[in-house]
Amino acid sequence: MLQIEELKVVVGGKTILNNVNMEIPKGETHILFGPNGSGKTSLMMTIMGFSGYNVTRGKIIFKGEDITDMPINERALLGIGVSFQRPPTISGLKTREIVEICDVDRSTNVEELAKQLNFTDLLYRDVNHNFSGGEIKRSELLQLMAQQPDLVLLDEPESGVDLESIVLIGDAINSLLNRGVRCPQERPHKEIISGRTKSALVITHTGHILDYITADRGQVLYNGILCCSRNAREILKWIREYGYEECVRCSNEIMPLI
Amino acid sequence: MLKRDNAFDINLEDYKVDAKDHAYVEKLSQIESTDAKQLLDVGVDIDENARTGTFIQKDKSVIHCKTRQDGVEVMSISQAQEKHEWLSDYMWKNISPDTDKFTFQAREIPHEGYFIRALPGVKTKHPVQSCLYIAKEGFSQNVHNIAIAEEDSELHIITGCATAPHMVTGLHVGISEFYVKKGAKLVFTMIHDWGEKVNVRPRTVAQVEEGGVIISNYISLRPVGSLQMFPTTHLNGKGAVARFQSILVASRGSFLDVGSRIVLNAPGTRAEIISRGIASGGSIIARGDLVGKVAGIKAHLECKGLILNDGLMQAIPELTAHVPGVEMSHEAAVGKIDQHEIEYLMARGLDEDGAISTIVRGFLNVDIEGLPASLKKKLDRAVSETQKDMM
Ligand SMILES: Nc1ncnc2c1ncn2[C@@H]1O[C@H](COP(=O)(O)OP(=O)(O)O)[C@@H](O)[C@H]1O
Ligand SMILES: [Mg+2]
Repeated sequence: MLQIEELKVVVGGKTILNNVNMEIPKGETHILFGPNGSGKTSLMMTIMGFSGYNVTRGKIIFKGEDITDMPINERALLGIGVSFQRPPTISGLKTREIVEICDVDRSTNVEELAKQLNFTDLLYRDVNHNFSGGEIKRSELLQLMAQQPDLVLLDEPESGVDLESIVLIGDAINSLLNRGVRCPQERPHKEIISGRTKSALVITHTGHILDYITADRGQVLYNGILCCSRNAREILKWIREYGYEECVRCSNEIMPLI
Repeated sequence: MLKRDNAFDINLEDYKVDAKDHAYVEKLSQIESTDAKQLLDVGVDIDENARTGTFIQKDKSVIHCKTRQDGVEVMSISQAQEKHEWLSDYMWKNISPDTDKFTFQAREIPHEGYFIRALPGVKTKHPVQSCLYIAKEGFSQNVHNIAIAEEDSELHIITGCATAPHMVTGLHVGISEFYVKKGAKLVFTMIHDWGEKVNVRPRTVAQVEEGGVIISNYISLRPVGSLQMFPTTHLNGKGAVARFQSILVASRGSFLDVGSRIVLNAPGTRAEIISRGIASGGSIIARGDLVGKVAGIKAHLECKGLILNDGLMQAIPELTAHVPGVEMSHEAAVGKIDQHEIEYLMARGLDEDGAISTIVRGFLNVDIEGLPASLKKKLDRAVSETQKDMM
């Protein structure tokens, strides 16, 4: 689904990502760990094509197509969707309207989705205006559920969210990725997940979100270098035990090779 | 593009002060279709279903005028002067004819204007609509308007101003004096659609008594030659409230110098001024002046401006406190559209132009209190069209 090759990204004259190689196959969810400032958000913004993130080497391939220089909206229409950590307020634009913008083929029942996300009361507020942490996440997920992207990029979905909301958010992510185990099971579960095609990259520095969603793989970004790729829970165990200290060692080993 | 300092002067001699009389029409449906279309665009409801009364003036002639609710008076100012001897206590009490040459001309060569009044305790079921219309090329229309909301009444007025489609130049001078008595509420919405070379000089003062509320909405989206106005509201009684909103678009060749002053003279009074302006080739000077005269008042001014393509956008917020114990604040922001907002919308699938127009529409989409649903829809459409013209 997504392939990143030897990616180097410069922001404001500073190298933020160095020789990043990554592959997310169809149907898989990967977790991207890394301490604050390691470049996780920058990687996501680069995949989506935001200005200011200058790719000076390497390429990004999505669904077999080189998208490195593609405009943001074309990437979105091709099937990439993002949940932002700090999305901007757009005054006068109601959240409902932006959800409708996401719903390109007009197939979403916005009211129904909003109910699921406990968002009904916020539909007619200006998007992101004075939203709490949890409200921002629910708004972003609501937009993604309307957009139905094939590759979902989630930036710190659990940050700034209270415990009650996090369950709801976990459920929403699972249903977005066809990984839910909660939904009414009229069909055999095996059948529901067999058609699973949605991929995801979930950014987290704490790893708490793993208590609510399942993942196929974990990767660690440290100081702009992807220094570890293995079972996500295993990585989380290490981080919970030792923090990111161990990653310093690995990234130092890789550094001279780049 | 006009800069602030060379806002052009108007030579009154360039304008004609007389026009032919237009016949009175008994029914709004009899208004000539070319005129009717212009009236519709500034919010006049020809069917009058959702209107409590109507006043329409073309050049110097009142061509239609009626009330449909007991306790609500709608008439021309000359009729009102005949009917109410006391009206002299209300006319020229707030604005001196010597203020400037426009007020002087309005005094010397008056061309009607409206008188709208809600009697004590009467609440208008629907807005009263008024329209001041210029059809004669080069005419200077000088009107004097009075609106009175008597004690505990509630009066809604929607007033549209427009010119005939073929008109090129003209001048509109409007003296308006508004009175909001104890416990009364006046909601005043004004929509302007003047011609590209028409100059407009409204001169407005409002007096608000104890517990009174004045809400004023001003909308000017279409091209205008020059517009200069600075209505002043005095909150004289305890707990009086004023809320002023304006939505302005200055396209190429348009010069808008628009603001409001609210003077808070009594304890517990509140004032709010909100303005949104887009300069798209033209110039906007958005002023706001809040004056706190006593302790225990609260006032806020919010002025946001965008420049699309090119233009001049100047925000001049002023706060003056004469005593301690006032709570006054302002927020002004002028600039171009934030790239983050554009890219956020692009990440949801809109192309760049689509993203910009969505942001512009939102920017102009201020919630306007007291606007009938049909007019709100019309306004949304007008915003969309204006926004298309700007792109
Ligand atoms: N717009 C920017 N201008 C300059 N430096 C930036 C910008 N955005 C991010 N950075 C820097 O890039 C590094 C990575 O940031 P970020 O991608 O936000 O990390 P993370 O999401 O892992 O916390 C940090 O050192 C940060 O200060
Ligand atoms: Mg981050």
